[in-house]
Amino acid sequence: MDKYLLIPLLPLIAFTINIVFGKGIIKEKAHWVSILAVLGSFVISASTFTEVLNGKIINYDVYNWIVSGNFRVTIGFLIDQLTAIMLIVVTSVSLLVHIYSVGYMHGDKGYYRFFAYLSLFTFSMLMLVMGNNLLQLYFGWEAVGLCSYFLIGFWYEKKSAADAGKKAFIVNRFGDFGFGLGVIMIFLMLGTVHYSDIFSKVGTLTGQTINILGYNVDLITLIALLLFCGAVGKSAQIPLHVWLPDAMEGPTPVSALIHAATMVTAGVFMVARFNPLFSLSEVAMNVVALTGAITSLFAATIALVQNDIKRIVAYSTVSQLGYMFLACGVGAYGAGIFHLYTHAYFKALLFLGAGSVMHAMAGELDVQKMGGLKKHMPITYITFLIASLSIAGIPGLAGFFSKDEILWLAYNHGMVGKIVWAMGTVVAALTAFYSFRIIFLAFHGKFRGTHEQEHHLHESPKVMTIPLIILAIGAISAGWFGIPAALGGSNAIAHFFEPVLGHPHVTAGHEEEFMVMGISIAAAIGGIFISWIFYSLKPEMPKNLAKKFKRIYITLWNKYYVDELYDFIIVRPMKWLANSILVAVTDGKIIEGIVNGVPQAIRNFSERLRKLQTGQLQHYGLGMALGLFVILALVLIAAGR
Amino acid sequence: MQIGYPILSTVIFLPIIGALLIFLLKRASEALIKWTALFVSLVTFILSIPLFSSFDKTTAKMQFAETYEWVPSWGIKYALGIDGISVLFVLLSTLLTVLCVTISWKTIKEKTKEFYAALLLIEGSMIGVFCSLDLFLFYIFWEAMLIPMFLLIGVWGGPNRVYAAIKFFLYTLVGSVLMLVGIIVLYINTGKSFDILQMMSTNYPYNLQLILFWAFFAAFAVKVPMWPVHTWLPDAHTEAPTAGSVILAGILIKMGAYGFLRFSMPLFPEAAKAMAPAMMILSVIAIIYGGVICLGQTDLKRLIAYSSVSHMGFVTLGIFALNIQGIQGGILQMINHGIVTGALFLCVGIIYDRTHTRQIADYGGTATVMPVYAAFFMVFTLASIGLPVTNGFIGEFLIILGGFTASKTLGVLSATGVIIGAAYMLWLYQRVFFMETNPKIQGHPDMDIREILTLVPLIVLVLWIGIYPNTFLSFMDASVQNLINRVNTAGAFQIHMVGR
Repeated sequence: MDKYLLIPLLPLIAFTINIVFGKGIIKEKAHWVSILAVLGSFVISASTFTEVLNGKIINYDVYNWIVSGNFRVTIGFLIDQLTAIMLIVVTSVSLLVHIYSVGYMHGDKGYYRFFAYLSLFTFSMLMLVMGNNLLQLYFGWEAVGLCSYFLIGFWYEKKSAADAGKKAFIVNRFGDFGFGLGVIMIFLMLGTVHYSDIFSKVGTLTGQTINILGYNVDLITLIALLLFCGAVGKSAQIPLHVWLPDAMEGPTPVSALIHAATMVTAGVFMVARFNPLFSLSEVAMNVVALTGAITSLFAATIALVQNDIKRIVAYSTVSQLGYMFLACGVGAYGAGIFHLYTHAYFKALLFLGAGSVMHAMAGELDVQKMGGLKKHMPITYITFLIASLSIAGIPGLAGFFSKDEILWLAYNHGMVGKIVWAMGTVVAALTAFYSFRIIFLAFHGKFRGTHEQEHHLHESPKVMTIPLIILAIGAISAGWFGIPAALGGSNAIAHFFEPVLGHPHVTAGHEEEFMVMGISIAAAIGGIFISWIFYSLKPEMPKNLAKKFKRIYITLWNKYYVDELYDFIIVRPMKWLANSILVAVTDGKIIEGIVNGVPQAIRNFSERLRKLQTGQLQHYGLGMALGLFVILALVLIAAGR
Repeated sequence: MQIGYPILSTVIFLPIIGALLIFLLKRASEALIKWTALFVSLVTFILSIPLFSSFDKTTAKMQFAETYEWVPSWGIKYALGIDGISVLFVLLSTLLTVLCVTISWKTIKEKTKEFYAALLLIEGSMIGVFCSLDLFLFYIFWEAMLIPMFLLIGVWGGPNRVYAAIKFFLYTLVGSVLMLVGIIVLYINTGKSFDILQMMSTNYPYNLQLILFWAFFAAFAVKVPMWPVHTWLPDAHTEAPTAGSVILAGILIKMGAYGFLRFSMPLFPEAAKAMAPAMMILSVIAIIYGGVICLGQTDLKRLIAYSSVSHMGFVTLGIFALNIQGIQGGILQMINHGIVTGALFLCVGIIYDRTHTRQIADYGGTATVMPVYAAFFMVFTLASIGLPVTNGFIGEFLIILGGFTASKTLGVLSATGVIIGAAYMLWLYQRVFFMETNPKIQGHPDMDIREILTLVPLIVLVLWIGIYPNTFLSFMDASVQNLINRVNTAGAFQIHMVGR
């Protein structure tokens, strides 16, 4: 067996062991099975990464999955620069989250089940990034969605958790509907779903159009946008972002792994993977860039006013994912994936830090009821601060380099680029603001919770704080591979990605680059400063502002009423259609009416039959059968003459 | 193909002989009756395995064929044979019957003798339907299975069973009578022969094809059931005992779609081609209509019954897409639906035995009370909504691919069924298994070993088809290609028989 196959297979084996034997035999030792498996995957991934670094590209098929006529698809692996970095992100964050969960999930009655699901997720995510064809990507795509469903609804007794899991799955199906059609379109047009064949043939589609409802639509644009539908669902972009904040019903390690670092970035991964296709359609590119930029701004504004610590971080994730799409849309795929990679560490850290706070506060999520935690939980505080500085884009930390790269490349991308750059810069300020709002409200000032909570405040156990520390190192240093030339770096990561993802050509000089950099640093520091004034210096200010701009505040608080809108235009009409039209009228009255002729007659008929047979139904059935055979015989005889 | 016994006749008549044997047993010896039924069904299953292992996948010819003159003066023959289209249904029938016996072990307490006899009679005639190569013989089996099925619903069913049974009977009877007229017309036009293979190589005039297509359509559409002649299905399923529902969903409703493939398309190829768009439109209506109406159901079995309407819509869509992916997907999806919906009805039966309620509102928190059961149900739910790695994905994907190839609009519309399917199944799952434990289900035992063993073969198949569908797709390759050739180039077509 080759070692690449082991990367996804180890977690799958761990899942199988834990789901079958976890309840009865392994019980509270379940984490060992899963941790050892993901550790194995991580080690092999790391060695694979060095192979790729040395120029090796792995692409091979394991077996024929589906063969039907001219449709043929395999299970197979493609490990190039893009996949290699994803392998590192997925296995490293997964490993740390596994370890952290030993502390966080300690004593939960579904302990073995939790680790089984984590393993299944790791397997699915690895299959997703390693696939060498679209259908395997789709398989991984749906499988991670399933794990997400399981883990969001992990505490299924809670209605809100069960609801959230279901919502995540169904909303994603809307995106996958488009994605699936995109896959089919690609097959019909190119006769293959394998990446290498698609990318070598995709150029032949240039200029072709397809007629949809009387309009001639550019084929490449259509296919790209269909695929992008899937990305919009999975990566929680407008208008399918609604599931991600609700997904916070799941245990916090899950939020860190699935809903921040890995699964939700699958959409970005897909767009980057299909850069040869997207780059051929300017319309599609602009849609991607603007969807990303608008989502980014939209989610950041909502995050400003929320009080639930996990939801703030969740909206922050939506916003940062928007950033990554913004990057892809301006052709800066490498920068997008670079941000995906740095984001994985600082965002996982934010979530795990939030989890550590919840652990200390007996599950409390409201930042308004926290305060002064820094002296009780110093490690959590410092690591959380590092993550916040990183996401805010303070120079030297990981987030700064990736964010700066995106903004700089956007700035150089014509008109649309300038627009999204401006939006991105505003988002940078908002991000710094809401990130430090958490810092000031939760960790600084006085404790505002109950006495009982205060009494129990404690730093989390080592099994939780060590992953925090390791992630903090990542949140600081993950960006050092991408120090731009303007700052004397070599931007090694951009060169690493260049063979797969390309690199936009930039003509502007260093002066302009320093200016763009300066603006974003100013935005970050400005955001932190205002946050400090609002939540540390003059705590009455935000309340006054909320009163003064009540309508805006209420709108943001209610997340622009998108959930309510969907309920009104989709959920309720469907239920109404099902109950009041299909059940009651078409099936109930029209079809049954016609089919039964006169329903009353049928009822009378059966009523009489019931009297006739008095329970001896066999006789009746026999009669029917005999009658039938008599008819049959008569007709046959008649025909035979 | 060196099998030492007439395998098709064996798997048809062994259950029927078993049924007669059970009739001879004493009513009081219940255990003996049950063990006999299990033994007979198990042996039948084992004897059907060579169909899987010795099947020649390279040919579209009829295999394991048996031909004897029966009523020579009327041109009636006893002719059996299977090809890549029918072989998997025979295997599914023999497997599901075993599971029906085990699941009924403790449930059927009254008229045990008649119950198992009826079940075995159904098995024999079902297999007969899939193996007949003589139209007369086919019709006998087709009608013969109605009676025990009618009894199964009408005697061992729920409170409203008589209404449901009669509705089922009349519905199918109306369809069958039209088909019977069609069969007679066909007989006269084929030189007084009921030989199906001969018919397959005869080119009937287009107008005759058209009339016959609709005559057969009446019988097949009711069985599938296609929209809008589906309203017998929810009643029949809801009232039928578990084994009855499994047979209904697993095999009986497949006969309609099988009929399209075995008769409508090769016998009336030009008519089938001309009518394909209409059939596809009806299919897409069924997919969406059947899915949306599930959102309005309050009864577990009724919901799954309506989901069958939606899933069978996928099947007929694939079949009438008239391309290889569509038809292969359609056949595979029939198998899938038999496995998955059969399993879901088994699951409902398992919980119904404990709670005696089918109302979704009476459940909640079942995952806490019966975790193993919840896990099994989850796997079948996922298969039902077509998640990759389950069999449902392979079937649905191929069908949508085939449907989209045939008609972009219909392909797109059918894909919405995938969203609706997720919505109603996950909502169902949530209401039954998640949230707070309903006092009505508190304290019930989880599945016992008998119940687990009943479901395990189906789980294995769900994953097997999902992970390595080629085992099953390869059975169909030659026959489906042959069928497509027949439809596309009506005329130049021959099917041969290879003897045993």
